[in-house]
Amino acid sequence: MNDQVNKGVENFLMLLALLILAWLLWSGIYKLLLLGLGAFSCLLCFYIAYRIGFFKRASGLRLIPSLPKYWFALLIDIIKSSIDVAKIVLNPKLPISPVVVEIDAMSKGSIGHAILGNAITLSPGTVTLDVHNGRLRVHCLTRKSADELLAGEINRRTSLLTHD
Amino acid sequence: MYFTVSLAILVTMVLAVIRALKGPSVYDRVLAVNMFGTKTALLLSVVAFLYGRPDFLDLALIYALINFVGVLAVLEFFQKRSAAQGHTTKD
Amino acid sequence: MLLDILSWILLCLGGGFVLVGGIGALRMPNFYTRMHAASLTDSTGSILIVVGVMCQAGLSLATIKLLTILIFLLLTGPTATYALANAALLSGMKPQADTDEGRSSS
Repeated sequence: MNDQVNKGVENFLMLLALLILAWLLWSGIYKLLLLGLGAFSCLLCFYIAYRIGFFKRASGLRLIPSLPKYWFALLIDIIKSSIDVAKIVLNPKLPISPVVVEIDAMSKGSIGHAILGNAITLSPGTVTLDVHNGRLRVHCLTRKSADELLAGEINRRTSLLTHD
Repeated sequence: MYFTVSLAILVTMVLAVIRALKGPSVYDRVLAVNMFGTKTALLLSVVAFLYGRPDFLDLALIYALINFVGVLAVLEFFQKRSAAQGHTTKD
Repeated sequence: MLLDILSWILLCLGGGFVLVGGIGALRMPNFYTRMHAASLTDSTGSILIVVGVMCQAGLSLATIKLLTILIFLLLTGPTATYALANAALLSGMKPQADTDEGRSSS
């Protein structure tokens, strides 16, 4: 029970910081009327978040501090695989060898699965087709990208991210 | 140089439209339209700097969001329709 | 000056990747492989172009707006692609059989 309240407070503070930051940075005008409107829209957002049960569960917001490191590793992956895909597209023979592979997500929980699936889709050459009970079905453009995926580097990194 | 990049994006948008017109299945067309939408958001953010009008960035932001919601809505529609059709043919 | 050159390189690379992705979307033989080409323009193209423009904008509110545009594009893009792929899969489009057929006919 106590743990649940703590999670709720944590979610509340994170969401508050995010919303205030977003309003201040996007509007760029700091008059009393606009700040009042911002406070009003924050309240509205909190009502909606409460209605969908945002404060009852652990949310992905607690991952934000450790995200930049993950994004950097993902960026390097994206650059590497996009060069591969660009070479394939520009090759007159179009040397594709599509395969569908299935992998088990190492991270538990729906947030981990969502992050893993999106990371796989984001890097060119691999697209997540289906996520079911922690099992991902991935369509790969070439055998090489499938082998890289089966080596499990992204999977390990994601499970590290969500378990911290 | 902004001009070159916007030209490249425009050519890609034309290619996406060709794919949308040719696409054999509904999903090919939705894919092309989704590509067109994200390219529009990119084009708007480049054009904002080409003409020196930073207001365009807000439009790009809104366009990215509307495109996402639009694609999801269209997919929902087609999924419902194909499910209903599968049902009637089975009966 | 150095920043100018960097942003020029990034923008040109981004434009090139976007163009390659567009060509790929036309050349690929079937739906699932076309999706890979589209993801090339979606992720790499947008990262390079938006970062290139960000180098020109310098430290200002415009840079933060560009950063949020990039994050939105990178968060919503894969989600839309996944929804599309899943819908196609559920509608009975077979990835493996289709690819073999497409490869032999092209």
